[in-house]
Amino acid sequence: MATETATATEHGAEAAAHGAEAAHGGLNIHPMDQFIVKPLFGDGPVGMFTVTNVTLWMAVAVACVALLMVIGTRGRNIVPSRAQSIAELAYGFIYKMVEDVTGKEGVKYFPYIMTLFLFIVISNFIGLIPMAFTTTSHIAVTAVLALAVFLSVTVLGFIKNGPGFLGLFWVSSAPLVLRPILAIIELISYFVRPVSHSIRLAGNLMAGHAVIKVFAGFAGALGLFSILPIAAITAVYALELLVAFIQAYVFTILTCVYLKDALHPHH
Amino acid sequence: MATEPITTELAGSCVGPNGGAIGMPQLCADWFPNQVFWLIIALVAIYFILTRIGLPRVGGVLAERQGTITNHIAAAEELKIRAQEAEKAYDKALADARAEAGRIVAAAKADIQKDLDAAMAKADEEIAAKSAESEAAIDEIRKGAMAAIEEVAKDTAGALVTALGGSGDQAAIDGAVEARLKG
Repeated sequence: MATETATATEHGAEAAAHGAEAAHGGLNIHPMDQFIVKPLFGDGPVGMFTVTNVTLWMAVAVACVALLMVIGTRGRNIVPSRAQSIAELAYGFIYKMVEDVTGKEGVKYFPYIMTLFLFIVISNFIGLIPMAFTTTSHIAVTAVLALAVFLSVTVLGFIKNGPGFLGLFWVSSAPLVLRPILAIIELISYFVRPVSHSIRLAGNLMAGHAVIKVFAGFAGALGLFSILPIAAITAVYALELLVAFIQAYVFTILTCVYLKDALHPHH
Repeated sequence: MATEPITTELAGSCVGPNGGAIGMPQLCADWFPNQVFWLIIALVAIYFILTRIGLPRVGGVLAERQGTITNHIAAAEELKIRAQEAEKAYDKALADARAEAGRIVAAAKADIQKDLDAAMAKADEEIAAKSAESEAAIDEIRKGAMAAIEEVAKDTAGALVTALGGSGDQAAIDGAVEARLKG
């Protein structure tokens, strides 16, 4: 029995291609290895234009968008096909969100928000395919998304309202004494927005994927009892499916809320 | 830049010699430009796919469907109004037909009454003629009877007078009988 377990451990370790560390024995878990960016062709360094697994999985996401929104809606049916229903559902979902949160003036920014939503939600879901790379688990990716939202919303706010956009920080409904203090708090919270906006998304996805990997590492070492971590992986995977959608939804609706602040800065 | 080689030292700060990650790969600054570059490419691609094809198409389909539904509801509304009109027309036709039938019945009754009246009048006339005729016949018979009675009375009176020994002056007897009968 004991030798069998040992061979199983060794075998798992070899499969993980970390022979050197496996020599030390015990658990051999590398939850963060799945986030490594590596070139698809060759072993060279990762430059700006290197074709990497990031390129591959973003291309897959773009292909999924094309599949859903172009190929799926090809029929233009009055009574929709399955793929067209999903495309219409996504369209209606985001359109209604933009309209409800930002009002009629926000509707012209709908394509940008739809782009964000589809990229995030599809990246989150394809990242859950075993052996996949999750682009949205990287802070560099989510920070670009969040900063793009932050900068464009701030610029838009000043273009639309001029200096009146600063009224966002001046809570006119509060007592006059409190207003400067509230203004400082509002200002800080405004600049924290892109930070929380990006870390929320990347952090949620990274944590979920890392947890699954940790359980998978246990499963390799426990022999017969690996049924427990496998059950746990199943449960966490189900939760991650939920998180994949919810985080995309949260990112999108926060974008709408920030956009609303830019369009109507007065409380 | 792609041409700029990244030193092994820099690459080594993120990936260990055995290929495993050192620390959090998310914080490896060497990979940032690559990720940002491909992200922007992907976003621009998605944006163009959506704005050139996807969104106008889906929006068009949704608007078309909404239009179709609205049209169908309007058509249903119109059909309902037409059905109501048809019902009204039917009711009116029914009422007209009833009135017409009443009128025809009344006319027929009047016609029949006229015929009946005419027939009655004719019958009355015939009856009157018949009864007049009968009366005339009765009169004649009565007259005949009276004449016969007179004659019988005269004869009887003459015979009586003769039998009683009187001299039969037939003319005087006749005059007496006539006077008596008239009396």
